[in-house]
Amino acid sequence: MYGKGLRPLSLITCVALTGAFALAFFYAPMDADQGISQKIFYVHVPMAIVALGGFVAGGLYSIAHLRTGDRGYDLKSYVAIHLSQILAVGTLITGSIWARASWGHWWVWDEPTLVSFLIVFLLYCCYQPLRFSIEDPERQARYASVFAITAGAFVPLNFLAVRLAQSYTHPRVLGTTDGLPAKMALAFYIAVVAMALLYVTLWKYEMASKHARNRLRSIRRGLGEDIGLTRSASPQ
Amino acid sequence: MIIASNTLPGDSGYVAAAYLVFLAIVLGYVAIMAIRAARLERDVVEIAELVEGREHE
Repeated sequence: MYGKGLRPLSLITCVALTGAFALAFFYAPMDADQGISQKIFYVHVPMAIVALGGFVAGGLYSIAHLRTGDRGYDLKSYVAIHLSQILAVGTLITGSIWARASWGHWWVWDEPTLVSFLIVFLLYCCYQPLRFSIEDPERQARYASVFAITAGAFVPLNFLAVRLAQSYTHPRVLGTTDGLPAKMALAFYIAVVAMALLYVTLWKYEMASKHARNRLRSIRRGLGEDIGLTRSASPQ
Repeated sequence: MIIASNTLPGDSGYVAAAYLVFLAIVLGYVAIMAIRAARLERDVVEIAELVEGREHE
């Protein structure tokens, strides 16, 4: 079910990412202040935006899970959060590299944007330990959903912190792209779309994989086999 | 306001590193998915053999 349309989606994602990075390097002009290190912007910021969006999506799926009791939403939420965590790691590493190139420091502790993103990331690092410390699948799904909703609500605060922050060391992007030359803005928006496509593609891949594994497990149960399939910690 | 320019200071190594990190993350994820797919295939073969064995019985 989730594997439907994955091939064209994967192709579109590859083309979009290649196109976005080609635009970033060959179409968008060089930044006069930061030079080539500003090119990190086209991978770092879209990753951060998509990661935060994914965390919120995880919270929304969890709301659907608590409202309907459908465990499928819990699985969707789990995969969304799991993928966002991976992108968040990428955001932190690329951000750190950009900080080193631009500011001469790998990390700046008095910068609200960086610290609040780190807090969001560390918050979500508690998601899996919390989830898998509960053995009962029903309780596990319910507690994980409550966590995902609470943490998901915290994510917009991270965004607001960027808006309200007094320090302007970290560049503002959303809402201030008026300051970007048109060519830079175009490359940036395409990079955001490409990153979102990558996220959706990987989400569908993982959902298809988990769905197939769960179907196999139920077939094996139906056959009366109690030998477990390949062990996995993810929800069913 | 970001100003465009044609001058190109150094730091290209940092840019390469950042994009390589992204590539490594994506490739790492795809590799993990490929391993999972291989396990899934193994399980499917195992179940198919089980069903065939029962049919022969």
